[in-house]
Amino acid sequence: MSNLIYKNAIIDDDWTWVQLPKVEEVVRMQAGKVVVFKTTGENTVSAEQIADTQIPASGLVLIPMSVYIARKNELAARVATGEIGIWLATHELAEALVAVEPDLNIFPLIAVYVERCADGRIFSVGNLLRSRFGFNNTLRAIGDVLRDQLFFLKRSGFDSYLIRADRNAVEALASLTDFTEPYQGAVDNALPVWRRVNRAAL
Amino acid sequence: MYKYDEIDQQLVDERVSQYRDQTRRYLAGELSEEEFRPLRLQNGLYIQRHAPMLRIAVPYGMLSSQQLHKLADIAERYDRSYGHFSTRQNLQLNWPKLEAIPDILAELATVQMHAIQTSGNCIRNITTDQFAGVAPDEVVDPRAMAEVIRQWSTFHPEFALLPRKFKIAVSGTEQDRAVVQMHDIGMEFYLDSANKVAIKMWVGGGLGRTPILGSVIREHLEWQHALTYCEAIVRVYNLHGRRDNSYKARIKILVKALGIDEFRQQVEAEWLHLKDAPNTITEQELARVAQHFAAMPYENLPATDASFEAELGRNRAFAAWVKRCVHAHKQSGYRAITLSLKPHGKAPGDASSEQMHVVADLAEQYSFAELRVSHEQNLILADVKLSDLFAVWQQARAHDLATPNIGLLTDIICCPGGDFCSLANAKSIPIAEAIQIQFDNLDYLHDIGELELNISGCMNACGHHHVGHIGILGVDKDGSEWYQVSIGGKQGNDASLSSVIGPSFAADEMPGVVQRLIDVYIAQRTAEERFIDTVRRIGVAPFKAHVYAVNETSTEAAHV
Repeated sequence: MSNLIYKNAIIDDDWTWVQLPKVEEVVRMQAGKVVVFKTTGENTVSAEQIADTQIPASGLVLIPMSVYIARKNELAARVATGEIGIWLATHELAEALVAVEPDLNIFPLIAVYVERCADGRIFSVGNLLRSRFGFNNTLRAIGDVLRDQLFFLKRSGFDSYLIRADRNAVEALASLTDFTEPYQGAVDNALPVWRRVNRAAL
Repeated sequence: MYKYDEIDQQLVDERVSQYRDQTRRYLAGELSEEEFRPLRLQNGLYIQRHAPMLRIAVPYGMLSSQQLHKLADIAERYDRSYGHFSTRQNLQLNWPKLEAIPDILAELATVQMHAIQTSGNCIRNITTDQFAGVAPDEVVDPRAMAEVIRQWSTFHPEFALLPRKFKIAVSGTEQDRAVVQMHDIGMEFYLDSANKVAIKMWVGGGLGRTPILGSVIREHLEWQHALTYCEAIVRVYNLHGRRDNSYKARIKILVKALGIDEFRQQVEAEWLHLKDAPNTITEQELARVAQHFAAMPYENLPATDASFEAELGRNRAFAAWVKRCVHAHKQSGYRAITLSLKPHGKAPGDASSEQMHVVADLAEQYSFAELRVSHEQNLILADVKLSDLFAVWQQARAHDLATPNIGLLTDIICCPGGDFCSLANAKSIPIAEAIQIQFDNLDYLHDIGELELNISGCMNACGHHHVGHIGILGVDKDGSEWYQVSIGGKQGNDASLSSVIGPSFAADEMPGVVQRLIDVYIAQRTAEERFIDTVRRIGVAPFKAHVYAVNETSTEAAHV
């Protein structure tokens, strides 16, 4: 059974999720404390990892943004046939992708990976992809995606959610409609409630 | 005050259902401890030392009599018949059962209350001046904008899971009473040269482990842009704030790391895209909300009242209370009063269910059925007639709500501390009680004059110790509790952070230490000089010298 939600239904996942080869993470310390330097925006993907990333020769493939940026020439033909999707890590910013591909709509799918369900950067990244960079195709949350964040994801511009494998995606669908009339304007509806409803008349 | 329409009510009702289901899934093992944590926190539920603690939102400190009666009932039925008013103007219950929280929330929803975003890494309760709308020095009543901001921040999808908690304060007076400079965002409303409402925007203030006063990010912002400008600030923070170390995750750390100029540039660049978006506030929406905060139907009264004057002359205890607990009002013949939740020897900010019922009744009878919670953890009746003050005082006094100590040393701001809070390093309530007992003599207390003493049980600084004239911080040293003392902090327009006087003290030394600080002040003060003024004039050294000179003879070694 697929755990992939698109809009308000469960669909099959036709995409192959391409990962970077694993490397041992170097623990770095600052004043005796472990610091996760990727949270500071530092580039953490090595040239070797990018070169060693295995991309299946055919079919729909979802590849890391860093790999695409470095190897876009070899992928150009497949972009043209709509076989290439891009995924961003939690700490990556879409600006880097826009810098090499001003028109993001050449990709049928962009996914954002959630490292921890409690990390809310994904909401801003999704918002910017839609409202700033004009991405209109499927925007998917992958990784630690749980039902209690779905409503926020939906409002931040996502329309597809790969629910974590150990959870029930059918039950998760219910959370997409937790609230009927949210207060503020967001990506799914730019109008705040006072522009949607004549509250003075209520 | 703001009354819900069907949209507000539906949202709060839907929240109850959502949280009921989340609790069910947690209890059924479908949500792990770690996954449930951000969910329960965003609903104000902490897991404490003895039991969960539920923090109920009191938006910008405003309550109706009906709401306070309901809170008293809930405390009676689900807790131990008391609640604790916090420095964010909220109410905390210390002993509810986790399983009962959905029922408590459903009860709250019946009186237009909730616990949404009272904790967790999200935008918290908006706070403001407890005298908003009645203060004579008020330029702009900030409550309508506070409500607009409350609605905007409620379940804001982009800012649901920030790097850390995010606190906004609004103020519209000449003398700031909302401590805007110690908030993640502080909004100071004023009238600009064109006589239009504008906002001076502060950013990056905060207490905690790294106390920093805010910086001005924008001198002049038209009120219509309040939400979009906040969105720009919080977006930059959401994307770039640190998430690797919770002690470095507040916006103040980002602002400091980038520098205010670079941070401002990033925010302004973001705002270019957001300015004039649909979240821009309309005149019509502000007017809709503002009508809820229209002036009360005041009577036309003379500035003086003969019966009041007579009691004042006749009754010394009443006069002392009037001096400390009665405040000026913009309407002739009316006063705002503070009901002290700081009787000597009791936990600061605590109110019993019985007291809550009494205050709700007093508000109903004498103050248009509304009241406020102050960030100093007292309750306010904002609109009392001069001629009613004596009656209010008598009833308040009968229920231990009339200690004449507002603004004095024993009006201590104090977090729940190690008695309740699992974050605390040390107890704070027993220290507050011991100090109150040390200074129980009212004449002496009044002679010492205005003094703010703030106590936090750990460096998270819920007790605002950095901005106390005297600040006390509980620290843990090899598993035992010690107290670090600092002086010279202040809230208000001329806010300052306090300086540590030296090595820490044991709990039983604390009343003596405060006494010695006061001795130095009494010896050094000039006429009309408050404690804080003396500290600012003569510096920390004379205080330090006296406190530690005495301490050297003690066998209890001072501790670092």
